[in-house]
Amino acid sequence: MDSQFEPRIVVFTCNWCSYAAVDLAGTSRTTYPHNVRIVRVMCSSRLTPELVLKALAEGADAVLITGCHPGDCHYISGNYKTLRRYLLLKKMLEQLGLGDRVRLAWFSAAEGERFAQFIREFVEEVRKLGPLHGGG
Amino acid sequence: MGVSGSDIRIGVYVCHCGKNIAGVIDPAKVAESASKLPGVVVARDYPYMCSEPGQALIEKDIKELGVNRVVVAACSPRMHEPTFQAVLARAGLNPYLLEMVNIREHVTWAHSDNPEAAEKKAMELVKAGVERAARLEPLETEKIGVVKSALVIGGGIAGIRAALDLANAGFKVYLVEREPSIGGKMAKLDKTFPTLDCSQCILTPLMVDVANHPNITLYTYSEVESVEGSPGNFLVKVELKPTYVDWSKCVGCGICMEKCPGRAPDEFDEGLRQRKAIYIQFPQAVPRKAVIDPNACLYLTKGVCRVCEKVCPAGAIDFEQKPRYVELKVGAIVVAVGFDLYDARKLYEYGYGKYKNVITGLQLERLSSAGGPTGGKIVRPSDGKPPKTVVIVLCAGSRDKAHLEYCCRIGCMAGLKHAYYIKTSIPDAKVFICYTDLRAFGKGYEEFYSRIRSMEDVYFIRGRPMEVFELPDGTLQVDVYDQNSNRMLRIEADLVVLEVGVAPPKGFEELRKKLKISISPEGWGLELHPKLKPVETPTDGIYLAGFVQGPKDIPDAVAHAGAAAAAAAAFMAKGYIESEPYVAEVNEDLCSGCGICVAMCPYDAITIVEKEGRRVAKVDLAKCKGCGACAGACPSGAMQQRHFKDSQLRPVVTALARGI
Repeated sequence: MDSQFEPRIVVFTCNWCSYAAVDLAGTSRTTYPHNVRIVRVMCSSRLTPELVLKALAEGADAVLITGCHPGDCHYISGNYKTLRRYLLLKKMLEQLGLGDRVRLAWFSAAEGERFAQFIREFVEEVRKLGPLHGGG
Repeated sequence: MGVSGSDIRIGVYVCHCGKNIAGVIDPAKVAESASKLPGVVVARDYPYMCSEPGQALIEKDIKELGVNRVVVAACSPRMHEPTFQAVLARAGLNPYLLEMVNIREHVTWAHSDNPEAAEKKAMELVKAGVERAARLEPLETEKIGVVKSALVIGGGIAGIRAALDLANAGFKVYLVEREPSIGGKMAKLDKTFPTLDCSQCILTPLMVDVANHPNITLYTYSEVESVEGSPGNFLVKVELKPTYVDWSKCVGCGICMEKCPGRAPDEFDEGLRQRKAIYIQFPQAVPRKAVIDPNACLYLTKGVCRVCEKVCPAGAIDFEQKPRYVELKVGAIVVAVGFDLYDARKLYEYGYGKYKNVITGLQLERLSSAGGPTGGKIVRPSDGKPPKTVVIVLCAGSRDKAHLEYCCRIGCMAGLKHAYYIKTSIPDAKVFICYTDLRAFGKGYEEFYSRIRSMEDVYFIRGRPMEVFELPDGTLQVDVYDQNSNRMLRIEADLVVLEVGVAPPKGFEELRKKLKISISPEGWGLELHPKLKPVETPTDGIYLAGFVQGPKDIPDAVAHAGAAAAAAAAFMAKGYIESEPYVAEVNEDLCSGCGICVAMCPYDAITIVEKEGRRVAKVDLAKCKGCGACAGACPSGAMQQRHFKDSQLRPVVTALARGI
């Protein structure tokens, strides 16, 4: 019997908004799929494309980059830099056929439930895409 | 580099957090799996790692087993990172050699429905934490002086209280208020529940104290333009809007108001009467100075008149006035901008704004106030007659998914107080209070509720009116289903009072972006922790006071403001803050001086300098705030962010991507 494919998703969060949103989802006892693994940086603008690609290369089926909503960045404009970098990275990923496996989303510190809902949907999407690493 | 170095000795400490973690996964198994990881010399589990014996356990291992990297798998670092950093420091270890692994908020609380997967996830997160811990480096910080002056934004009762507390503690305080006078919403109230104190009588002495306090500088009719700098050293630009009256000359005599032909709705009286284009906001205004409304002034709109200029005995009128700006250097900021009433026009079924005799609770306050448009006589706006039947609608817009989902926390008590106003002003009036649930939770509130309940001809109806219709003579017909008696009621009322819900104040969205304050989904300022940090924000030195953090009655707003002032005072009194530890650093051997990082830095902290004949980037550590945007953009990896170096993040990503 085939067991359900459990994707592995690496989620990058910033320290101020999106990490707090993940915390809030937990504090509110909102359950969501266990498939996500959080990596915290101070600001999403710290992320290099290399770290995203590394996650995919090393075994992740998808990557989610998160940060504060536009205009809410703790460091004035970091999330705009992330957005620009993400759009460039996305172009390259699309050529590799990986465009659907990397997403960018903004979460405020108060959006725990929204984070949980986003993960529920994203895990389903990645499940439909199937494993990135030949089932291994 | 990394784990292979024999000098790395990692201790892993898995917390049960009572049942919060241990109720879902087995911490002993997580510790067991961690004990096999490279570099780990000890792995323990303990019921409460943050307790004194828990902390002592770590301290002992550092001293006796030579543990030099600590992994604590417990709650969020947002909760207890400082606690465990202090443990390391006490044991003589650099506090930044700590890695917190969040297995509570991110694992057991989120995946209680799948304990097996949760346990595996906890093990994987600990593994990644161990990988990172092995590569952590000691960090040094410097002590930066804190400016011992504070900015309080908002001059309502919360801002007044915070300003006075801070000023009395010896700090210099700048109080910024956008209206011409301080006083806020409380200045508009006739009486306060449940004691029925005269609102102005208890407020105005405090307003005068603010004006006279040697440590307080008051900027009214002013707004915060921009906020720069960092905790302890904020640089705030304040716009002083043109009043067209030279306040150094104006004595507040009011002669100009008598002669001015311009008219506009009186905001202070909630639009119940007209004020002049030149006006003093209310008789007890502080400062008691005149302001010209540029949208109502005939000279400023049509270029003719200038009557005020002719009659002013002090020669204070100045039509040439432009906005002025002051720059303030402050250590702490207290945000006390209060609230606005929800727009009652959106409650179409009640006809507010269409039917003259449907008013808000705040309008009734003005009608009841001796300083109000009727001199304290409660009348129907349509014909000025005393209303004989009054319907008070609680939860108007509140606890309603179509409008505001939350409780306003003041409407029930205000409604009871308004019944009291009417019964004392018009003893033969009938009052119907339509409620959803009557919430009389505060000190003395239940007693006040009982008192109103026992008054003759005050009726309580459990149900929110469905609709209000206006009859030709201005009488209102209120249809309400009373759930207590299971009957449809139709009440013919002379006056309908809506206890309207509350919303974050106009302009708060722009202000909070300048201050980098997060908001709750309803738009209120978000505190750092709902229970334990009710006035703090994620930014040190910025505090929330009063209603802006969420609905509060006056006693709670005052208590909250006092707490905010105490927190701000403690922050400033300490005299210093630690500099940012997670700053950027350049590997000059790798840097080609391309300057991409310079453009990335939002704080102008990076410059390109000549060094030994080469161009290299240089970071000004005093300006760097530790975002890492430069490191994220550096094409050669020369720019790194301390504590979040590529060499520290890559192993974490690898560990989490691979799993166990």
